[in-house]
Amino acid sequence: MPNQTFILNGQQVNVDCDDDIRLLWVLRDLLGVTGPKYGCGLNVCKACTSHCNGQAFNPCSVEVGNLQPTDEITTIEGLPATVGKALHPMQEAWLKVDVPQCGYCQPGQIMTAVALVNQLLAAGISTITDADLDSIANVCRCGTYYRIREAIRDGAKAMQS
Amino acid sequence: MSVDDRARPDVGMGQPGGITRRRFFGYLIAAPTLVTAARLGIDLTDPSSAAAQPGLPSALPSLPSPSDLVDLNDILTYAADPTANLIAVIINPNGTASFALPRDESGQGITTSSAMLIAEGLDLPLSKINISLAAARPELLFNQFTGGSNTTIATYTPILVAAALARQALLEAAAIELGEEVTDLTTSAGFVYSSSGAKLSYGSLATKAAVMTTSAASVTLKPSSDYTIIGTPQKRIDALAAVTGTKQYTLDVVVPGAMPTMICRAPTINGTVVSVQNAAAVQAMPGITNVVTISTGVAVVGQTFGQCIDAVIALDVTWGPGSVDDLSDADVQAALVAAELPFTVPTLPILAQTIDVDFTFWWKCNSALEPQTAIADVQSDSCQIWSSMQTPILVAESVAAYLGLPVDAVTCNVTEGGGAFGRRMFNNAPMEAVEISQAVGMPVKLMWHRTDEFRYGRVHPACTDHVQANLLLGEVLSFEQRHTGVSTDYTQGFGEILTSLAAQLPDQNFLEYSNTIFETTVNIPYNFGITSQLLAEIYDYDTFHSGSVRNLYNPDVVCARELIVDQIANAMNIDPYTFRSQYLNDSRALAVLDKVATVGKWGRKMKPHTAQGIAVHSEYHGRVAALVEIDCTPTTTNRPLYSYIPDVTGTTGPRVTKVVFAVDVGLAINPLGLQAQMMGGIMDGIGEALTTSLHLQDGAWLEGSWDNYFYTRQWDVPFELDIIVMPPTTGDPGGAGEFGVAASKAAVACAYARATGTLPTSFPINHNEPLQFTPFPYVPPIPQSPDLQPPA
Ligand code: FES
Ligand code: FES
Repeated sequence: MPNQTFILNGQQVNVDCDDDIRLLWVLRDLLGVTGPKYGCGLNVCKACTSHCNGQAFNPCSVEVGNLQPTDEITTIEGLPATVGKALHPMQEAWLKVDVPQCGYCQPGQIMTAVALVNQLLAAGISTITDADLDSIANVCRCGTYYRIREAIRDGAKAMQS
Repeated sequence: MSVDDRARPDVGMGQPGGITRRRFFGYLIAAPTLVTAARLGIDLTDPSSAAAQPGLPSALPSLPSPSDLVDLNDILTYAADPTANLIAVIINPNGTASFALPRDESGQGITTSSAMLIAEGLDLPLSKINISLAAARPELLFNQFTGGSNTTIATYTPILVAAALARQALLEAAAIELGEEVTDLTTSAGFVYSSSGAKLSYGSLATKAAVMTTSAASVTLKPSSDYTIIGTPQKRIDALAAVTGTKQYTLDVVVPGAMPTMICRAPTINGTVVSVQNAAAVQAMPGITNVVTISTGVAVVGQTFGQCIDAVIALDVTWGPGSVDDLSDADVQAALVAAELPFTVPTLPILAQTIDVDFTFWWKCNSALEPQTAIADVQSDSCQIWSSMQTPILVAESVAAYLGLPVDAVTCNVTEGGGAFGRRMFNNAPMEAVEISQAVGMPVKLMWHRTDEFRYGRVHPACTDHVQANLLLGEVLSFEQRHTGVSTDYTQGFGEILTSLAAQLPDQNFLEYSNTIFETTVNIPYNFGITSQLLAEIYDYDTFHSGSVRNLYNPDVVCARELIVDQIANAMNIDPYTFRSQYLNDSRALAVLDKVATVGKWGRKMKPHTAQGIAVHSEYHGRVAALVEIDCTPTTTNRPLYSYIPDVTGTTGPRVTKVVFAVDVGLAINPLGLQAQMMGGIMDGIGEALTTSLHLQDGAWLEGSWDNYFYTRQWDVPFELDIIVMPPTTGDPGGAGEFGVAASKAAVACAYARATGTLPTSFPINHNEPLQFTPFPYVPPIPQSPDLQPPA
C-alpha cells in the first residue's frame, strides 16, 4: 500500500493508504483529525474547508495521492499556530460576535474567511466589501450568515493590526 | 442588533404566569455531594403533586379537554405532567455545578439558556456550570422530546427551582458551619458571605450540604426584578469548542472498532432491494469489510468513508418499485386542489367583493448540515447508540423491540447535533445503524451521504392554501383558509405525545395528530368577521418520507394569510401597515408591528422595482413582526449564479436587502440567543419565499446537492438586519427555535408582490422556472467526489 506523506499542521505525517482516497477521509478516519467536517463530499458545502499552502481548498475533493511531501495542510486545529497564538484573530472575532449556532459549518467558515482576507491583503486590499462576502459559498444551514459577515469584517481588521 | 429595553419591569409580580414569590417544591436527593431536583411539567407550587416521593407514582392530574388546550406548546408541556421524573442539579466539591439536560442541543442554544437559569438560581458564574445532554431516560416518557420550540417553556421553572434549592441548602450548611443565622448570609458568584465578613466557597460546602435521605423541600424563588443573568445577552457556552473544531458531533465520537458505514439506496422513494449482483466483488474492494442487505438498501462497511462511497457506487443492485413512482409535482398539485375543503361562508350581498386565491407551497427538505449519523454497537444482551436524537426514548424503545431486548439494555447517548430542524425527530439513522451492527456483528458508524439527505431524507410536504375573503362597504365580512397538504408524518415525537394524551378521546387517528397540531398553531389575529381555517390531507402518512421543517404549518399558512391581508388593504385603498394596525385584535401583535414599522421606517420612498413588505405572526406563546425591503431590479435579479458557484446555470433572483424584525417571547432568557434563533429563521424565510424547494419527478427528488437545493447563501443575505427583542410581557418564556420563519417568509412575499406589482401564488417563486442544474443520476444513488488538484 502506498505511503502518503505531507505536512499537517506543521508536522510531517506519514500514512499508508491508497492514492485515490480523498484527503478528508485520510484526515478524519485514518489520522483522527476531526475539525474539518463532512457536509457533502462534492466540493459544494465547504464544511471541510482547510488550507493547502495557505489557500482555501476542500479536502473532500482532493485525492491524497495528489499531495506532495512538501505540501502544507492546515486544518482548523492548526490555524492558531499559523499566527503563533492560542487563537487566530478570526476565531477571536467569531467569539466576539458569537457567530456559531450548531457550529457544524463554523470550522470551514473560519478557514474560508482567513484565506479570503489573506488573499485580499496580499493584493493590497484592506477593506472587505459586500461583493467579497457574497462570494463565500460555504453553507450554514442554521443561517448565521449575517454574523459571519460581521465577524469577517472584525477579524480582517484584527489581522492587519 | 438591539435589545429593546434592558431595564425590565418586575414582570413576575402580579402578572399572570410570571414567577411570583410563591413557594416552589422540589427535592434534596440522597448523594455524597449536594444534589437537588425538581419535576418537569408538574405545578411546582402544589405540594401534593410536586413533593410526592420520587420513584413512587404521584397523583395523576386530570387531563384537560382539547378545547382547554391553548396551543401546541401547552400540549407538549402538559404531556410531561403525569409521568415526569426529576431533573437534578449537582454541586461538585470543586465548586462547579453539573446538569444533564434531557433535550437535544443542535444549535438552539438550550445548553446556554439552561446554564443561565442555573446561574441565576444558584448565584454561580456561568463558567462554573457544566451542561451535558442526558442519555435516553425512559422514565421521563414524553419529557425527553425536543420539538415544537418547547424546551425552555417546559424546563424554565423546574431548573430554576432545583438551582434555588441548591443555593438554599448551601446557605443552610454555611449557617451551621459559621454558627450564624441564614438571614445573616448572602451569596455571590459561588461564595457564601456572612455579615461578619466570613466567606465560604460553594465547593467547600458541597459535601456538607449533602443529605443521607431524599426528602421534599421548598424554596421561594427570587422575583424576576432581581434577575441578574436571565434577560441579559450571554454568548454560547460551546462557542469556543465550535470555533476551534473541538465540538464533538456523532462522527467525532471515538467508539473502538466502529467502522465507517454507508448505504446504497433505491432510485425512487421507498424502492426496495430485489437482488445484489456483485456483493462479493464489492466486499473485495480496497478497505471494504462487509456488504449486507438491510431493510432500506444495501449497507457497506469499510475502513474510510471514502472507500464506502466507492463501494456504494460500485454496487450493482436490482431495485423494486417505490411507493410513488407514478407521481410528479403536477400530479400532486392537482390532487391537492381536488381535495380542498369548501368554504363555509353563505351567499353574500350582491355588492360584496370577493378575493379568492389558491397558493401552492412546494416541498422543503429538513436536512441539516451534519447529515444523518449514528453509531451503534449491538451485543447479544445489550445495545449502545450514539446519535443526535430529538426522541431518544422512542429510539430506545424501538431498538429494544427490534432486538428483542428489555428497554434498559439499550443505552441511547444523545450527542450534540449539527442542526436538526425536525429531522432528528425520526429514528431512521439509529435504526439503520442497529440493523447493520447486528448483521455484521460489530459496531458501526453510519453516515448518510449528502445526496441521500436530499433524495431519501424527510420533506415538509407540498401543500396548497386556498384563501377567500369577502369585503363589503369598507368592512371585511369573512376570511377563510383551506389548507391542504400531503400528509405529514407525526407518528414520531409529536404523534407519540398526542396519542398518549388522547388515549381517553374516541377515534384517535392520524388525521387527528395533524388536525390537533394545525388547530393549535394557526390563527387569524384580525377582526375579519367570520373566520375559519381548516386542514385536509391527502395520501397516507408514510407515502412520502415527510416531517416538519423548522416550524409546522405556519410558514405557509401565514404567508398566504398576510399576502391576502395586503390584497384586502389594497382593495380598500389603505396602506398595508395602517390596515394591520386597524384590524389586528391583539395588543402584543400590534406592539411588534409598530416596532418594526418605526425602526424600519415603513413607507419611506423606495426606488422602482424595490419595495417594503410587512407581516405579523403569533405562535409559541409569543408574537413577531417582520419588515423587509426587497430589490427586484433586473441588475440584482439577473446576477448569474456561476459568478458565485461554478457549474450552475441560472440567476440568483431578487435580493432581500434589509430586514427589521421584532420578537416578543414573553420573557427572553437570553436575548442574544433569541436574536440568533430569529436570524436563522429569517434566513429560512428568505429561502422559502424565493429559492428553496425540492422538485418531484417520477417518484424521486431531482435535487441532490446544496447547489441544487438553493437554501439561502451569502449572496442572498440582507445587507442590514436588525432584530429587536421586546421587553418582557407575560413574564414567562415562550418558544424560539422555529419562530422566525413564518413572518419573515410572509414579509418577503409581500415585499416581492409590491415590488413587482404581481401576486406570487407558488412558493418559492422560482419553483416553476427552468431547472438551474443537471440532476445527478439515480443509479448509482450518490455521485463520486470530484478529483481536484490541491493549490500549489
Ligand atoms: S464536504 Fe467538502 S465541500 Fe462539502
Ligand atoms: S452553525 Fe449550524 S450549520 Fe452553520
